[in-house]
Amino acid sequence: MKKIIKYVITDILRNKIVLAYTACLLAISFSVFSLEDNSTKGLLSLLNIILIIVPLISIIFSAIYIYNSAEFIELLVSQPLKRKAIWMSLFTGLATSLSIALLVGIGLPVCIYEFSITGIMMIVIGVFLTIIFTGIAMLAALQTRDKAKGIGITILLWLYFSILFDGLVLFLLFQFADYPLEKIMVGISALNPIDLGRILILLKMDVSALMGYTGAIFKNFFGTTTGISISFVILLLWVIVPVKISLNKFNKKDL
Amino acid sequence: MRIIFIVIGLILCSDLLSAKTLKVGRHQAYNTITKAISASVDHDTILVEKDIYHEKNLVIDKSIVLKGIDHPILEGEHLYEIISVKVDNVTIDGFKLQHSGQSSVIDFAGIKIYNRHNVVVVNNILDDTFFGIYSQNGSNCTIKNNVINAHQKEEQQSGNGIHCWKSDSMLIIGNTISGHRDGIYFEFVTHSVIWRNYSFKNLRYGLHFMFSSDDSYITNRFEANGSGVSVMYSHGVKMYNNYFKENWGDAAYGILLKEISDSYIQGNHFEKNTSGIYMEGASRIQVERNTFKNNGWGLKIQASCMDIVLRSNNFIGNTFDVGTNGSLVLNKFDGNYWDKYEGYDLNKDKIGDIPYRPVSMYSMIVEKNPPAMMLFRSLIASLMDKTEKVIPSLTPENLKDNHPLMKALPL
Repeated sequence: MKKIIKYVITDILRNKIVLAYTACLLAISFSVFSLEDNSTKGLLSLLNIILIIVPLISIIFSAIYIYNSAEFIELLVSQPLKRKAIWMSLFTGLATSLSIALLVGIGLPVCIYEFSITGIMMIVIGVFLTIIFTGIAMLAALQTRDKAKGIGITILLWLYFSILFDGLVLFLLFQFADYPLEKIMVGISALNPIDLGRILILLKMDVSALMGYTGAIFKNFFGTTTGISISFVILLLWVIVPVKISLNKFNKKDL
Repeated sequence: MRIIFIVIGLILCSDLLSAKTLKVGRHQAYNTITKAISASVDHDTILVEKDIYHEKNLVIDKSIVLKGIDHPILEGEHLYEIISVKVDNVTIDGFKLQHSGQSSVIDFAGIKIYNRHNVVVVNNILDDTFFGIYSQNGSNCTIKNNVINAHQKEEQQSGNGIHCWKSDSMLIIGNTISGHRDGIYFEFVTHSVIWRNYSFKNLRYGLHFMFSSDDSYITNRFEANGSGVSVMYSHGVKMYNNYFKENWGDAAYGILLKEISDSYIQGNHFEKNTSGIYMEGASRIQVERNTFKNNGWGLKIQASCMDIVLRSNNFIGNTFDVGTNGSLVLNKFDGNYWDKYEGYDLNKDKIGDIPYRPVSMYSMIVEKNPPAMMLFRSLIASLMDKTEKVIPSLTPENLKDNHPLMKALPL
């Protein structure tokens, strides 16, 4: 298994896209921190990158990589290897290389310019989102053999998680404005890892505004140690569940 | 002729000249303060040595100076009002008062002034009193350098640190107040000054004004109070150079202004409050040279306000700069610095060339539907804000700063 992971990582590094991704993140991070006069505003710009760009790149790159390694996977399957080991190595390799790219591209500048609890929270959420969306991409790539269709599915999934879901939530909020929705909102936020991550960061970033009415409920839940633990368990579930489902599918799949 | 004048003068002053000093203590002529007071006449001084005194309710009915050496303790045994001042021209200096009575019927206080003037209360420590220092219909009184601390739990069953009711020309200077319901409470108090006080961790307000006109509060610090500072139903209030910090909660404001008119808010700092200033029904107020930093809302200005002028303020790092609840704007925003301003300055006069609209669409949405705060800073929220900037529909058209500054003011 280690050998396959090693092979996957060297393969990813060799095609240079991840290196370009790292360089891009580095350039963006350094420029936002040096352009803005206070580093809090820099963090704010990075927040958008972490919540939008990072999931997008992770999901599309992983899906394309899985499609492109179809023949390699077929070759591996013909060897005396467990399918589980093959699939998990692919996942680990992808997730590790993309996470390293994020840690270098965003983690490093954050540590230099804004080494605070907000900054650390942002990096942690970024890594989680990378891993989660790699898993989701692997699940999506198994749905169809058609590459164009598969990438289309991943883009739609990204659109859903980053815009459509929030739009739906906003719609619901206004439709049911007369009902006390605060507690339900806490539950709904667990249905989208991007939202959950964003709220966890907001609790560190906009703490004064969140101290208000609804904020108090969020704070009472997400701000406590139990709340934070529960949120991270949910994020972890978001990592495990798609990968597990995809693994089951891959085990039964007729290649 | 001159001799006659001198003699008359001396006769007039004899009362003053006869003033004596009475000492109270274990080894002195008087072992209780009550005995010393009954033996004294007007203008005497009573010096009290360090000890614990169980005087029950100490009534001061002569114009004396009551001075403690090393803070002698006056014990209220959770039953009594500790000192009642029932005569003019009294000074109470350097005592430690503790454990006053508590009641929901009688306003027990550490020191209570009954309809008197020229009472001076300085350098006392009040610990666990129901009301701290209470002025009922007092005038020209000075309350200075006292440390007033209580550990009250519930708003309904607690008193205020410094409570002034129907008073005039009061000086409240350099006091430290914590753990009460309201730190400083003013009701029907006029022409008074509140200066250099530190009011923190009180259950309700750090400072509470009701129907108190022509007062000033200057260079005070109000920190982490249950609901900040509240100024209501008054006019001619001057608020200069105060610090309002970390007042957190849905109904917590740096300052809450309700039905205030003809007032000045200048040179204050608002930091990390849920809302820096909240205005409702306020009119003719000059808000100048204040700093709003890292608040949830810098300023919440309801549509019921008119003729508010905001000029030369700094808005830095607030989640929302300005929030409002309607589209009617009768106020003026001009020449402030907003760190969220994205305009340009072609002629380099340090004033932005396009107006700044401090009310973001999302703050209007949150105002209408608070749980929407959950989606704050999401892609859809930013998209809505950007669209709104191009085509304003929900945010008030006239709420804008026509001359936003490019650089923060040095405040």
